[in-house]
Amino acid sequence: MKDSLRYNLRVIFVLTFASLICGFVLSFVFNSAKAKIKENEKKDIYRAIYQIVDNCKNVKEKRINEETVYYLFKEKDELIGYAYLSQGQGYQGKIKILFAVDKSIERLLGIEIIESVETPGLGSRINEEDFKNQFKNLKTNVPVECVKFSPQKENQVQAITSATISSRAVVSILNKGIQSLKSLVKEDGK
Amino acid sequence: MGSRSFKEGLWTNHPIFRQLLGMCPTLAVTTTVLNGISMGLAVIFVLFFSSLVVSLLRKVVPYQVRIAVYTIIIATFVTIVDIFLKANFPQVSKALGPYVPLIIVNCIILGRCEAFASKNKLSLALLDALGMGVGFFWGLVALASVREILGQGTILGYRILPPSFNPLVVMILPPGAFLVLGSLVAIMNRLERVK
Repeated sequence: MKDSLRYNLRVIFVLTFASLICGFVLSFVFNSAKAKIKENEKKDIYRAIYQIVDNCKNVKEKRINEETVYYLFKEKDELIGYAYLSQGQGYQGKIKILFAVDKSIERLLGIEIIESVETPGLGSRINEEDFKNQFKNLKTNVPVECVKFSPQKENQVQAITSATISSRAVVSILNKGIQSLKSLVKEDGK
Repeated sequence: MGSRSFKEGLWTNHPIFRQLLGMCPTLAVTTTVLNGISMGLAVIFVLFFSSLVVSLLRKVVPYQVRIAVYTIIIATFVTIVDIFLKANFPQVSKALGPYVPLIIVNCIILGRCEAFASKNKLSLALLDALGMGVGFFWGLVALASVREILGQGTILGYRILPPSFNPLVVMILPPGAFLVLGSLVAIMNRLERVK
């Protein structure tokens, strides 16, 4: 009886200790790499912006209510639109989407997937041009809808076959992002 | 004994072509040689350090929770690789996508920890890990080379087949992975029989 108690205590001790050490090591590694990862993400965001909006010549970041909004300019500092990074839960993990809208926030200029860990070959196809291009020129005053068959109505995009959850996730993250962007820009205009 | 444990993984008990382990990354990431190389290096790193720790702790870890402890150790090293790639090689990290975190469940690593490192002294465990790791590495590179050359006409991004060559797109798609893997396993079996 006494032996089994000692054994159990050892089990608990070893597991706790192993997890603790590993946790410490990981938090140390992550902390030392955090800045670099952030910087890489920033580069990705800028690359995505220039890819979506080809006549964009200059980007200015603005912090509004702890959030970053990207103001997009043509030559001579003429405002042509906004870009915003929206994130949410996908099928397996976080999806980060960057989207750009025109300056009156009425039309979408396009979207890019910055980060996703969807199922390879199925959900990961949200990264393909065919899917992303559907979002070009959609309206932003009504929510974008995700349908399983080819779109019949306005403002609908077709989900990827056998990846409905990932496709819907993209659309809902986008819709949520549009709302936040609208209120942030409004806040800024006050 | 030492050189035997090293050679085991390199050829006689090759993790891909003999044990058919770790099929998920083997089939999925070998679309380009660069992906194969990065995945191979990541696995060598994780396998080496997991075996090191597991072998050192082999008398400390209670039998009933050994798998849980090994998994924690492996997951730690995999996450280190993941963070390292994200910080320093973001393009590679993107290309490999979820397959880096999936190394945690790669059965070669857990298999070697359970079958070898937890029962042998440090030096042997390290040699075994290196052998298996390098074996896995060359397996991936071999598979990826065939697929990239036939599927895109390039190797490491450099064009080696004339532009008139019509790439066999199937080679970079999933069926191509199975075709090439099957052929390579057949060749390995043939070579073994000739001996």
